Amino acid sequence: MTALIEVKNLTIQFRTDEGLVTAVDDVSFTIDKGQVMGLVGESGSGKSVTAKALMHLNARNAVYSPESRITLHTENGPVEVLKLKSARDLKIVRGGAISMIFQEPMASFAPAITIGDQMVEQLMLHSDMSKQKAKEISVEMLDRVGISDPARRFSQYAFELSGGMRQRAMIAMALSTKPKLLIADEPTTALDVTIQAQVIDLMKDLVREFHMGIIFITHDLGVIAQTADKVAVKYLGRIVEEGPVREVIRNPKHPYTQGLLAALPKLEDLDAPLTPVAGDIPSPLERPSGCVFHTRCPKIIGDVCKSKLPHHTQVDPTHRVACHLHTEVPA
Amino acid sequence: MSETLIKARDLSVGFKIGSGFFGKSILKAVDHVDIDIEKGSFFGLVGESGSGKTTLGRALLKAVPITGGSAHYTDGEVNYDLRTLAGPELKDYRKRAQLIFQDPYAALSPRMTVRDIIAEPLEVMGLTKTREETDARVREIAAKCRLNLEHLRRFPHAFSGGQRQRISIARALVSGPRFIVADESVAALDVSIQADVLNLLKQIQRDLKITFLFISHDLSVVAHTCDHVAVMYLGRLVESAPTRELFKAPRHPYTKALFSAIPSLDPDDRGSAQKLEGEIPSPTNQPPGCKFHTRCPFAIDICKKDEPKLEHPGDGHEVACHRWRELAATLAA
Repeated sequence: MTALIEVKNLTIQFRTDEGLVTAVDDVSFTIDKGQVMGLVGESGSGKSVTAKALMHLNARNAVYSPESRITLHTENGPVEVLKLKSARDLKIVRGGAISMIFQEPMASFAPAITIGDQMVEQLMLHSDMSKQKAKEISVEMLDRVGISDPARRFSQYAFELSGGMRQRAMIAMALSTKPKLLIADEPTTALDVTIQAQVIDLMKDLVREFHMGIIFITHDLGVIAQTADKVAVKYLGRIVEEGPVREVIRNPKHPYTQGLLAALPKLEDLDAPLTPVAGDIPSPLERPSGCVFHTRCPKIIGDVCKSKLPHHTQVDPTHRVACHLHTEVPA
Repeated sequence: MSETLIKARDLSVGFKIGSGFFGKSILKAVDHVDIDIEKGSFFGLVGESGSGKTTLGRALLKAVPITGGSAHYTDGEVNYDLRTLAGPELKDYRKRAQLIFQDPYAALSPRMTVRDIIAEPLEVMGLTKTREETDARVREIAAKCRLNLEHLRRFPHAFSGGQRQRISIARALVSGPRFIVADESVAALDVSIQADVLNLLKQIQRDLKITFLFISHDLSVVAHTCDHVAVMYLGRLVESAPTRELFKAPRHPYTKALFSAIPSLDPDDRGSAQKLEGEIPSPTNQPPGCKFHTRCPFAIDICKKDEPKLEHPGDGHEVACHRWRELAATLAA
């Protein structure tokens, strides 16, 4: 497999009135062509900020550390995303090689412009095709994502479409520029389960067909199990565990991943008690020292967790975890 | 021993929408629903958006007008006909029946301290005479919801989602209600916190003997918390049964489809589930016959013409489907 995008030592802080707030802390990962990576974590774990950084979309008060590096491999050689400055250069990543689907399809479409005009507009921005050609491609994409009567939908407004339909249109729009990487930020969270199942199926088909890389951001481990090849679990801006989806779900190593799995209500065993992860997520202004999870960790070893940041340990060649329980190298 | 707290028969809620050439049209959000909620139970109500579950919950709180049928509330002290309830009796009902909202970020005023938020219902309803009495009551309820005195002095912005939801719960509990409608109360919470709030609600149900109507779209959450589950589709009740019974042997194809749509945690179990085509039809343009026939994989001719009645086979497992007897084996598999 060839790497599509490489993220190294990404650290992002935001300047706020109350001081610097760390949102992403020393995050590294690689996505290959045709690979689906799930990014799981609670609100405040920095999932969306990480994803936005890939398109250099974070607000002006974001501060990237000097070691942060995002390398996108395109046909014309590698591109350092964080070094791009002008809007012209950024077009390569924004909507060109990378597209994004957001959680709220209603908020992502302009309400007073037809779906079709919005699709045509972005196609014309990113290529030199004629308006006629852009329209043809848009209608074809709407058809591809399973929207019935695409020619009619093309001239409708977002409010005329149902929730599931809007999310499909959003996907059609994101894919029409033939991106290499698709970022899906909680694409099914606002949908009903039956519609969620349809959208998940659709996305799986599209990966196969277009062979693109996908970052699937969600807090739903079930959705991850159904879609992703590998998964990274984030807590307070750090990746605490990363590995193939089967490994992480069946054999979780980090107490936080174990806690998340235990907190999920399971249909197979209705008698199992629901065990929450104890305590609340600390405020980003009061970042715990040492291991960021130590304030809620049920398996805390002692002072080492409170004072020393655990480094990533490979539990096997593809599965790594950042926890002091696993830092001792087996003899 | 099982007494019925809420009993609704043929309950309908309609909203007038727009005005066409032939006068106003009516949107039937809740359409001839029969429901019995037992005292002290944790009653689940599930369905997709647009199924009318929230409207049903609000109708039972008399927060939207009931336009057809009947609904009664009986708690041993009072007996209210919810359709005609008004004046001082309605005020009294407001103390007995409370609502917990979905979004703890929107439900709490950012300009009031937690103490004032929890105390407000007491002051508005005139339940306490003095400030000391109010404070004592607020502290007692806050402790039940695991909020400490330090928390009471702060404003909501200082709290996480789970803590805010505990504040909302405290506010709902402070008037000493017998019946609480929890509308998607954990939907906005993270998984790790969700279990905590669910456990708190269950504990309140046990300790304070409060009856809950728990509205949710998440079947796995409902399965773990509720004693009895009712499933709604386009304003109709399609199935109602004790939780275990419903999950072991669903009788309505829609219930079965909802189960199948839950993403499995097993990465090797991909795409084996039976998927439902299409989307819930618009409530202003409802299909004839069985409302579900446009998406039902088992629909036959009769389903397109005749609307099935909710059947009571006598085992407490009610279902509204023409073919439930012949499909029983298929759906239980």
